Amino acid sequence: MAEQNFTERGMAVGLRALNRLASNGLIDRFGLRDPAQRVLHGASKATVRTATRTGRTFAATQKLSKPARQPRAGRSDLFDLTPDDEQQLLRESVRDFALAKLRPAAQEADEACATPGELLGQANELGLTMVGVPEELGGAVAERSAVTTVLVAEALAQGDMGIAVACLAPGGVSTALSLWGDADQQATYLHEFVGANVPVAATAIVEPRALFNPFELQTRARRAGDGFVLDGVKSLVPRAADAELFIVAAELEGEGPALFILESGTAGPSIEPEPAMGIRAAATGRLILEDVKIPAGALLGDPGRDLVAECVQLGRLGWCALAVGTGQAVLDYVIPYVNERKAFGEPISSRQAVAFTVANIAIELDGMRLATYRAASRVDHGVPFAREVSLARRLCSERGMAIGSDGVQLLGGHGYTKEHPVERWYRDLRAAGVMEGALLL
Amino acid sequence: MINLETPKKFEFLVGQAHQVASEIFRSNSRKYDGDEHSYPKELDMLAAVIDGMNEGGALSGAGAGGVGEGNGKKPDRDGNRNGSNIASLLGLIELSWGDVGLLLTMPRQGLGQAAIAAVANEQQLKRFGGKWAAMAITEPEAGSDSAAIRTTATLEGDEYVLNGEKIFVTAGDRAELIVVWATLDRKQGRAAIKSFVVERDNAGLILERLEHKLGIRASDTADFRLENCRIPKDNLLGSPEIEPKRGFAGVMQTFDNTRPLVAGMAIGVSRACLERTRELLTEAGVEIDYDLPPHAQVAAASEFIAMESDWEAARLLTMQAAWMADNKKPNSLQASMAKAKAGRTATDIALRCVALCGSIGYGERELLEKWARDVKILDLFEGTQQIQLLIVARQLLGKTSAELK
Repeated sequence: MAEQNFTERGMAVGLRALNRLASNGLIDRFGLRDPAQRVLHGASKATVRTATRTGRTFAATQKLSKPARQPRAGRSDLFDLTPDDEQQLLRESVRDFALAKLRPAAQEADEACATPGELLGQANELGLTMVGVPEELGGAVAERSAVTTVLVAEALAQGDMGIAVACLAPGGVSTALSLWGDADQQATYLHEFVGANVPVAATAIVEPRALFNPFELQTRARRAGDGFVLDGVKSLVPRAADAELFIVAAELEGEGPALFILESGTAGPSIEPEPAMGIRAAATGRLILEDVKIPAGALLGDPGRDLVAECVQLGRLGWCALAVGTGQAVLDYVIPYVNERKAFGEPISSRQAVAFTVANIAIELDGMRLATYRAASRVDHGVPFAREVSLARRLCSERGMAIGSDGVQLLGGHGYTKEHPVERWYRDLRAAGVMEGALLL
Repeated sequence: MINLETPKKFEFLVGQAHQVASEIFRSNSRKYDGDEHSYPKELDMLAAVIDGMNEGGALSGAGAGGVGEGNGKKPDRDGNRNGSNIASLLGLIELSWGDVGLLLTMPRQGLGQAAIAAVANEQQLKRFGGKWAAMAITEPEAGSDSAAIRTTATLEGDEYVLNGEKIFVTAGDRAELIVVWATLDRKQGRAAIKSFVVERDNAGLILERLEHKLGIRASDTADFRLENCRIPKDNLLGSPEIEPKRGFAGVMQTFDNTRPLVAGMAIGVSRACLERTRELLTEAGVEIDYDLPPHAQVAAASEFIAMESDWEAARLLTMQAAWMADNKKPNSLQASMAKAKAGRTATDIALRCVALCGSIGYGERELLEKWARDVKILDLFEGTQQIQLLIVARQLLGKTSAELK
């Protein structure tokens, strides 16, 4: 049924880019690919360190005189919770896609610690890596649209958070390059993100230690000759083994926190698989940097707390959107369950203890959603958003986790087994309070 | 287009309300908290000023003016409206930031007008509009279960005769009109419950006592006995017919309009708590950094951000409910969600702020302890926390009140 809707609506209509892609039979291909083509990049159980992927050679195809930036959206003065037509259509299409394709694949992907290549391909065809790219560089939308990306991320996460992370991580890198890249960096990398063969990419901020604080990084960068040398370990990087491009946060000696572009083909970096409690379909791994030399042109934006703060905030916004979508999945799942499950001769939902738990899930979820939308709309309108992101983050971290826990609780012992997805959502929702970067909106 | 900022067009009105709140309410806060049951005469002058302004109902109290109608405000090009519901809410937040007890005893405001607005016919609107009206629903044996009320109304000639007992009537002593809920026929259940307008000076309306309360002491809370209280039969609001299908729903509709406003009061009081606490924390050397993870700053800063995040969720849920009302979208679910979240969040914030500020928070030299007492009523009246959760749960689960008690 959902598939029918999905096909009818056409995923492409929301984004101009999708129109182009849809014309070559995108929809027909959904679900029809040869199973042999599905490549599961399973993380090995043992911790085996491997070199980063060889990857493609990134090279400029055009010369830019200056970097291109998406303009900020103008805004109506009025309070409004209605997404525009494009956003509504896109949200519905992506939600259909998520429920029809991501949800059925979620358990297997969770176990395999990998998202099927087929789904990743389809997600790329959605144009997720093009939303943050300026139009003159082939991007899909005219203005900065964090709200649109929030709606898409939320809808994807309704299918599965781990797969959503795998799908969205490359778009975070194209958004970062669009926001902070100079003319050369944009010319070198962005055309790849608007092409047919989108590179796997992710933003690496987290480091493996307790009390991690993204503003006190232990990954170090120092100037050496013409370029920089990186040393340190990055944790929970989505699709680390497959990635061809990373944005790496590191403390630049004497200059504060900074962001660097790292190509996987560079000599020196290596990868260790790092499966976690949840978001396992995102194939998280460690990125180990030992004496890694990168060129002068690898420095992204102006070093300093402001840049890293904005990057961190946009990452948290992404995790908020994912938590909202996952929370919605929990709510939609528990309602029919508690209505159908009988105990003591009546549906368990006839008891206040159960019914109130459902009510509170809905209340807190709506609060998380509104706070996330507000933060995103401030991003789009070019007004300060640090406080709003922070408030949304706290809600999505704490209230979101409570929703995950209540979801399992409402199903009782059944919720603890893999017969139901609530145990996965429980594991996934913890990520919203732990993760930094990885994707950014 | 999604935008959750407070519209600039309300800035003037919010500014006015803020002035009133800080100049008149705040400076009389302590006085009428200590002097319970004495009439805050400062408000008479204020009421006259407000009668003069009354633009868009910005300064109107709960339920007054155009609540429930997006009256007269032009939509933007997408058909989106920000009208009197949002205006009333924003005004109330400011006034409650000043003093919610005084707000509740503002002359000519009050919940009774919401009941009148919800069910009155045009003639009744003309007769009763603009008067200070209180609402008498609760009885000693019927609180949240308002369908169980026992006060009776019997038609005798051209008059209804009311008999029964009403408690917890906010502004009951000071109001000009009391909207009394009574049943035409107890055997016919909730459909027979109607609201009746009783003039305050009616001899059959006997003031039994004024409550001594935990907070909102500036506002009088009256208990009445109705003893052969005769009123003209035209004072029955709405239709006198007993319609089993929708009778009770009509009177209950009042609450869809007033719940977001009570949520707004909670948001105003708790904002006052947060602002003052932040000042005191800053004096104590605490720096609040929104970018740092919770565990990377001192516990007080982390706790402050946690409180602020719940406050923001409550505020946005309430804005959502008001915005839906302005755009004529059914908002019963969202109104109850807002009231539930705001009521419990505000109480939680106020109490935590007292704790964070220690003896300064607990002592009477500051208003924090008063706000922590005032705020609790907002999780009780207009439907307790538990009633809101019942309403939300029934809607989500598709259950009737018989299926989920």
